[in-house]
Amino acid sequence: MRALPVGDRALLVELADGEETAAFHAELLRRRAAGVLPPVREIVPAARTVLLDGLDDPAGFATGLHGWRAEAPDTRVPDTVELPVRYDGPDLAEVAALWGVPPEEVARIHSAAEFRVAFCGFAPGFGYLTGLPARYAVPRRPTPRTAVPPGSVALAGPYTGVYPRSSPGGWQLIGTTDTVLWDPARVPAALLAPGTRVRFVPTAAGR
Amino acid sequence: MTDRALSVVRSGALTTVQDLGRYGHAHLGVPRSGALDPPALRLVNRLVGNPEGAAALETTLDGCAVRPRCAVTAAVAGAPCPVLVDGRPAPWGAPVRVPAGALLEVGRAVSGVRSYVAFGGGVAVEPVLGSRSTDLLSGLGPAPLRVGTVLPLGPATARAVPADGVPTQAPPDELVLRIRLGPRDGWFTSTALRTLATRPYRVSAASNRIGLRTEGPPLERAVSAELPSEGMVTGAVQVPPDGRPLVFLADHPTTGGYPVIAVVAERDLAAAAQAVPGTPVRFVVVRHRSSG
Repeated sequence: MRALPVGDRALLVELADGEETAAFHAELLRRRAAGVLPPVREIVPAARTVLLDGLDDPAGFATGLHGWRAEAPDTRVPDTVELPVRYDGPDLAEVAALWGVPPEEVARIHSAAEFRVAFCGFAPGFGYLTGLPARYAVPRRPTPRTAVPPGSVALAGPYTGVYPRSSPGGWQLIGTTDTVLWDPARVPAALLAPGTRVRFVPTAAGR
Repeated sequence: MTDRALSVVRSGALTTVQDLGRYGHAHLGVPRSGALDPPALRLVNRLVGNPEGAAALETTLDGCAVRPRCAVTAAVAGAPCPVLVDGRPAPWGAPVRVPAGALLEVGRAVSGVRSYVAFGGGVAVEPVLGSRSTDLLSGLGPAPLRVGTVLPLGPATARAVPADGVPTQAPPDELVLRIRLGPRDGWFTSTALRTLATRPYRVSAASNRIGLRTEGPPLERAVSAELPSEGMVTGAVQVPPDGRPLVFLADHPTTGGYPVIAVVAERDLAAAAQAVPGTPVRFVVVRHRSSG
């Protein structure tokens, strides 16, 4: 673990890998819930870092981190969000070719994985989901689409994502869900937040 | 329908509703948003008797014109500009009584970029995730104003407080941005670090609420690997592939994959928001305070 200062009020904590990042993020949330974390405005996990923004004393916080001991992993069983998916994306055949499997196998492989939201970004409610075995990582498309339809289930690198609304995007589209990922009028607004467990359930009708 | 509302007669180049921003949702990909010049927003709100964080209008270069349906107290500050009520000159930086149905015109900025227009009771659009701000990156909050847009106003709860003098910070001839290096200064050559600290840049016309773009010598990277996405703060000086430093402003994305060479002190960002394209920019490195 390494803590890098970011301006006057923030700290970027760098961790070895995604798993360590998830554990450190969970520990931060536990400490905040227990009221033992100094006031912090934003806690933003990412691929291998957690950003703490709005700290009164980032340097003091960084020093204190050395005394942290890894707690026992959280044994509470988190809720799992199930997303019904029609595996009908325009890039399904291409992904199947990259994986070296017949197209109909993509749905089986993808829906068999247990996903976790590693972090959010790109657009409100867009989660970067990890859980696919490393051998199924795929490159982004060489030319991004100007408009990806909302609900598109997509792959890039080690991640799966679901586009909360129409936007440009370069990910490989393998399917569609009708579930609303992001609704600012709903509580919570984002169905997928960092740490949320996710399963994709194949469905012919998508419901 | 309530008559505590105003209608937009001229929207200007870009006029948005802004308060002090949408905090606490960055982990969901929600930008901070909010007024680019927070001291100016606080000031106009104080002038009309509002809480400092009430929602007001933020104009861009050429002002706007609105017609309140009810008598209302308004104030304009931020970038200095002419103010007219039904064609008659009215003071800038002071509470102005606008009768019901009168036209309030906020003219082109004489200097600076963004003027703020507050109304007694504030702009009372429905808050989204705790803020009324327009977020241009992700489309949260009310859309930018258009001719005919009707905006509700809240009930005025306090009397306007006339000020004898309004402190104004004249937009500088040169934008001096104090920076602290890091977190990814190690990804750049020592020449790049020296270039950033010593060579002049200029504000690019491509600047917007997401970032202040610059023109000047490109910064060369020492590490060519791809940086995994990481959290971004307001004021981060990100260096995209073209090598020109870009300072993240209120509507910046919450995570990004280009290395951040330095971070601009928050107190310098209001001046950055008022620097017109072409303004010379100088980055001045300050050291991190030692801990303890």
